[in-house]
Amino acid sequence: MAIALDFLVQIGQMLVVLALAPLLTGYVRKLKAHLLRRQGPPLVQPYRDLLRLLRKEVVLAHSASWVFRVAPYLVFATTWVAAALVPTFATGLLFSYAADMIAIVALLGSARFMLALAGLDVGTSFGGIGSSREMMIASLAEPAMLMVVFTVSLLAGSTQLSSIAASMQGPDVGVRVSLALALVGLVMVAIAENARIPIDNPATHLELTMVHEAMILEYSGRHLALIEAASYVKLLLYMSVIACVFFPWGVAISGQGFTAYLIGLAVYTVKLVAGGFLLAVFETAIAKMRVFRVPDFLGAALMLGFLAALLLFVTRAG
Amino acid sequence: MALAGLLWCIALLLATSVAAAVSARRGWARALVYGASLGTSSIALAIASAALIASPTLAGEIQLPVGLPWLGAHFRLDALAAFFLVVVNLGSATASLYGLGYGRHEEAPERVLPFYPAFLAGMNLVVLADDAFTFLFTWEFMSLASCALVMAHHRERGNVAAGYLYMLMASLGTLALLLAFGVLAGPAGGYAFASIRAATPSAFVAGGVLALALIGAGSKAGLVPLHVWLPLAHPAAPSHVSALMSGVMTKVAVYGFVRIVFDLLGSPEWWWGALVPLIGGITAVMGVLYALMEHDLKRLLAYHTVENIGIIFIGLGLALAFRANDMPAAAALALTAALLHVFNHSVFKSLLFFGAGAVLSATGTRDMEKLGGLIHRMPFTALAFLIGSVAISALPPFNGFVSEWLTFQAILLSPALPQWLLKFLVPAVGALLALSAALAAACFVKAFGVTFLGRPRTEAARMAAETDRASLAAMFVLAALCLLAGILPGYFIDALAPVTEALTRASLPRQHELDWLTIVPIAESRSSYNGLLLFSFIALAAGLAAEVIHRWASDAIRRAPPWDCGFPDASPITQYTAGSFSQPIRRVFGSVVFRAREEVDMPAPGDTRAARLHVRLQDVLWDALYAPTAKLVAFVAERLNAVQFLTIRGYLTLVFGALVVLLMVLAIWQ
Repeated sequence: MAIALDFLVQIGQMLVVLALAPLLTGYVRKLKAHLLRRQGPPLVQPYRDLLRLLRKEVVLAHSASWVFRVAPYLVFATTWVAAALVPTFATGLLFSYAADMIAIVALLGSARFMLALAGLDVGTSFGGIGSSREMMIASLAEPAMLMVVFTVSLLAGSTQLSSIAASMQGPDVGVRVSLALALVGLVMVAIAENARIPIDNPATHLELTMVHEAMILEYSGRHLALIEAASYVKLLLYMSVIACVFFPWGVAISGQGFTAYLIGLAVYTVKLVAGGFLLAVFETAIAKMRVFRVPDFLGAALMLGFLAALLLFVTRAG
Repeated sequence: MALAGLLWCIALLLATSVAAAVSARRGWARALVYGASLGTSSIALAIASAALIASPTLAGEIQLPVGLPWLGAHFRLDALAAFFLVVVNLGSATASLYGLGYGRHEEAPERVLPFYPAFLAGMNLVVLADDAFTFLFTWEFMSLASCALVMAHHRERGNVAAGYLYMLMASLGTLALLLAFGVLAGPAGGYAFASIRAATPSAFVAGGVLALALIGAGSKAGLVPLHVWLPLAHPAAPSHVSALMSGVMTKVAVYGFVRIVFDLLGSPEWWWGALVPLIGGITAVMGVLYALMEHDLKRLLAYHTVENIGIIFIGLGLALAFRANDMPAAAALALTAALLHVFNHSVFKSLLFFGAGAVLSATGTRDMEKLGGLIHRMPFTALAFLIGSVAISALPPFNGFVSEWLTFQAILLSPALPQWLLKFLVPAVGALLALSAALAAACFVKAFGVTFLGRPRTEAARMAAETDRASLAAMFVLAALCLLAGILPGYFIDALAPVTEALTRASLPRQHELDWLTIVPIAESRSSYNGLLLFSFIALAAGLAAEVIHRWASDAIRRAPPWDCGFPDASPITQYTAGSFSQPIRRVFGSVVFRAREEVDMPAPGDTRAARLHVRLQDVLWDALYAPTAKLVAFVAERLNAVQFLTIRGYLTLVFGALVVLLMVLAIWQ
């Protein structure tokens, strides 16, 4: 019975992340437009975009190989699997033991690896510039993320996200300097990884400063739809990780009954709304930085994560 | 008996070597050498695997009446030796299979064939040796055989210098090991490993032996700053030998370190656990940064060996730290991580070198800036190389990730260590490890992307043809192992249990009996990983997405010229090159590590000359360490030159003076 319930929660989680992700992106876009005194596209615009792209034919460059055609499916699948393993509204996902937080970071790394290769595949200068910069950003963001993971898992005594969420709700964590540093670090990493301002501009085209958009410039039709969907899911994933680790209140613990799941779902929605609001305000308030200032930004994130981990290493009972 | 069987295999390899020396110019010599090597290595692999799995029953010792008359040659097969024999013979067997096809391109087979089986025999003998004399003799035999192979193409530019540098560093390493064994054996001269093991050296002596082992084994393995020969010598050899040197011989060096420090030296001091991971961490990051700056495919791979050796030494060092503090379970975890990475690295590094060899024989160049678009002409090589690239970048669901994940888990256990220095150091090492993993991914996007993707940059790349079947078979065996060890890591971890049991008195819990083949190094609430589930999930989700989209949405495709923001340029030189790909990372790290300087040479208006970008990189380590040493040696040699032109009276005076000085030293010493 318990396994059946966990299985249902797992399936529900996979569907929830897939269904909510475009809405979150649409919501952030709408808010940003409002903050700029524009009307903005409707909330459901990302769904419409995806459906429209899915129905269109793919225009494939002559020089594209199978890597270019396979990459969107792998990127989407990997990101989706990673997102399905992060507790959103409930812990006790059936397959959460398959990947801990380190493995989730690495799964996103796999997706990025494939996408960067696809950027190089057609053999254009824009694809190359995107791949090259994406890997530079990742080479600093990933260690920063791992340092945050270190901090959190030292506090919780586990790298499993379900256990972390449970232990962060517990009484013996409290307010800690390490946690604050790790939160700031993680937010900075999330901004960089999701190609948001000030690292990258998700709305830009035809600019030498673009990173993510340059890498996927050659994509069209269903391939583009999959990559867009993957990036929506990735944004949702990072918000879920932040919510699950730093604001775990309201997450339904396995076996608490049906109402707990409903409450969990409602609380999760509130968290996403709050996160999206903060993201939109932050993005509107700040200017995009030059690409060679990005290492300073991410270096700061790495140092914050390192400091947080170091403080814990030193203060842990020996 | 297993050990006798292995020794017969080695004898067979040596006999093949002699036969090859006689018949190297004959047409059938290639088939003979690689066929015989493939056969013997496969048998040895089977014996070693059996010995590892059924380790206590198949262990044994043999003493042969060769070598020093009062010592003989001792050979011993235990769990540690069996594990490294698996690594050695797996690499040897696949390299021989690859050589069956690749050796056809060899212009001077008489310079390769006789030394190849001797090299294989040498590596096997080092692992089996059970006394200091046999160990050093076979170690040197292995070095010389590989050195001959490095010099096989001695007419190519740079190869002689590479061989010379290799010889120098190998001599330095052997000297350090000689001193280490001398100190260990003590004045009584008990050179058999059994008597060394029985003695307990003082803390001071043990520390000295650790330093000597780090120099001796580290110079062969490629620890920074002793790595300088490795990226020159490994690529100079024929590609299957490069694979053996990079994938396997560095592991024999790791074996030497583990044998001396974990087995012979007794209980470690805690500061060893600070020194070794720190060196490992620095090695890992420096190795991958060097690799990122490199445009020569085989040298890039050789620099990556330096990185992975760093990762292995991080694991070994953590195991020392835990063992010194009497935490056997944690020590077993760290050691398992290191040994699993030994195995994994030998698999994917051999695979990548085979791929690089296929590219080299198809296009005639190792320079990535002259390649591109090879995936269209060499689809199978490209697929195998891609699998190797993903595996070495430590990405799930392949095998490289499992060993790095275990290393991270070991790092997360280290706050329990009591020493303050370790508390500060280990998280820093963790940060270095994370940085090197992320940079490795960037490096392999570059290596695979620039070589195999995009459009061909030269005529040679455009006309490349797929490599032969034997080479492909060797590559796909290894690629399959990369995936297998990634999705079923439990079996591989369990196979290491007897080794960690022998060296740390503990082992990880049995893994392959757990539900769903999950691996759980400590406790389920703490951490777990399941590569099989992840792999099936990704495959399922991707398949599902493809099926749904193709059925319900659209599966139409139209081929067209690239879009490129509306300005497609037909010329392939407008693509991103290896140099431009690594430029952002060069800007971030290079200005500190390599003192990188970029200068734009912009012609004046009206001048039709092309603008140029000059990049200057300095190898800071070479400038700080090796250049002054070489200068000093040259200076001293110049001064001593005068001694060669003395009169007979002068020489007699010199001899007399030396005698007097020696007698005085003796008098003071007494």
